[in-house]
Amino acid sequence: MKSKSLVSITDFTKDDYLRILEKAAEFEKKSYQNLLDSKVIATLFFEPSTRTRLSFESAINRLGGRVIGFNDSSTSSVSKGETLYDTIRVVSNYSELIVMRHPLEGSARFASEITNIPIINAGDGANQHPTQTLLDLYSIQKTQGKLDNLNIFMVGDLKYGRTVHSLLMALSEFNATFYFISPDELRMPEEYKLYLDKIGLKYHESKEFKPNIIEADIIYMTRVQKERFSDPIEYERTKNAYVLKNEMIEDSKPGMKVLHPLPRVNEIHPDVDANAKAYYFQQTENGVYVRQAIISLILGLV
Amino acid sequence: MKDKILEVSAIKDGTVIDHIPADSLFKVISILRLEDKDGMITFGTNLESKKLNKKAIIKLSGVFFKDNDINRISLVAPEAKLNIIRDYDVVEKKIVEVPDEIVGIVKCMNPMCITNHEKIVTKFQVIDKKKIHLRCHYCEKITDKEHMEIR
Ligand SMILES: [Zn+2]
Repeated sequence: MKSKSLVSITDFTKDDYLRILEKAAEFEKKSYQNLLDSKVIATLFFEPSTRTRLSFESAINRLGGRVIGFNDSSTSSVSKGETLYDTIRVVSNYSELIVMRHPLEGSARFASEITNIPIINAGDGANQHPTQTLLDLYSIQKTQGKLDNLNIFMVGDLKYGRTVHSLLMALSEFNATFYFISPDELRMPEEYKLYLDKIGLKYHESKEFKPNIIEADIIYMTRVQKERFSDPIEYERTKNAYVLKNEMIEDSKPGMKVLHPLPRVNEIHPDVDANAKAYYFQQTENGVYVRQAIISLILGLV
Repeated sequence: MKDKILEVSAIKDGTVIDHIPADSLFKVISILRLEDKDGMITFGTNLESKKLNKKAIIKLSGVFFKDNDINRISLVAPEAKLNIIRDYDVVEKKIVEVPDEIVGIVKCMNPMCITNHEKIVTKFQVIDKKKIHLRCHYCEKITDKEHMEIR
């Protein structure tokens, strides 16, 4: 994994995932470790994402590193029309590794091809956000005690939701059974279902999740956004059908956990927050350990 | 009987590309960068064809293509047939094949793709050779035949 960029979840193998999760567990036990020893890491956020940036910067600081970068390209030379190519080439001279988020899809892949330092993709438009997937895996492993043979419910926008696509790819290495619950307009794209068929994994598709909720080990919620609907009336009709409420998970397994990449809008009712099955806030905390693990493995420090 | 194409205007040595759909002629010209070629080139278009509705034909005197180069036209002219001419005779016939990877030529149909915003040579994996589905190496989105733009 050393000096390898992390652009898409499929850049890493199952063994890589497991190594990252193992290291993340060590960082959870002892988070402050001076492995970076003042080395400089760049966090280039061409579009603002405070939550993700703080998580990365917390990870870098806990490793004893220093951070340079920006959180909004309007205040940097990018607003003066500098190309991504130039920015990456220049910043490569100032740092050991670049964490970047960019609104354009494929930007992180491109960046990884024009520099000789590793790139970690912290989101390239609607395309990939692999560190989110790894922290989802970590959260699943931590709460279920394993990754193999789990029943994973994915709920909401399964068509455009990049987090569910990456998570599906990652969990397909662990013999998961998937339950896709979404409105017709936002169903899981064919290419992913074909992929599951090809590798022989089971999935179920439905518009409601009440009947088989008892099967769930993980319910992974996503945002259903108004702008994804071609018909606003259809949105009004469906939006409340995909709001998770306490009563809906009453019959679920005791160890079942609800995950959500956050930020949420209204897709999880606040009455779920106090339920021991709600795990979305702890999920964000796990993100710091997972990012510590990724950074230190990529830089060959552990 | 010699091939019918020779009746139009025979070439001594070179390549004849036949069975190009008429509406793809200019795309083929651009893909093969024929504007840079020195030899005599003749085009015919809107010719009657049983297989294609209207077909086009290109004759290139003194020009021979490498398989890799000529196969790129399979994106817009999958039925194209090549006749290699030596001394007025067709010495070899070839059909084009869809390659595994397409570098350059095609524009990614995703407006949010980095390749549509910076100077980057596009790159696609051909994931379906029959339907012509191309997966962008950068944004990972599929560009299909209907949305394919040659650049
Ligand atoms: Zn693209």
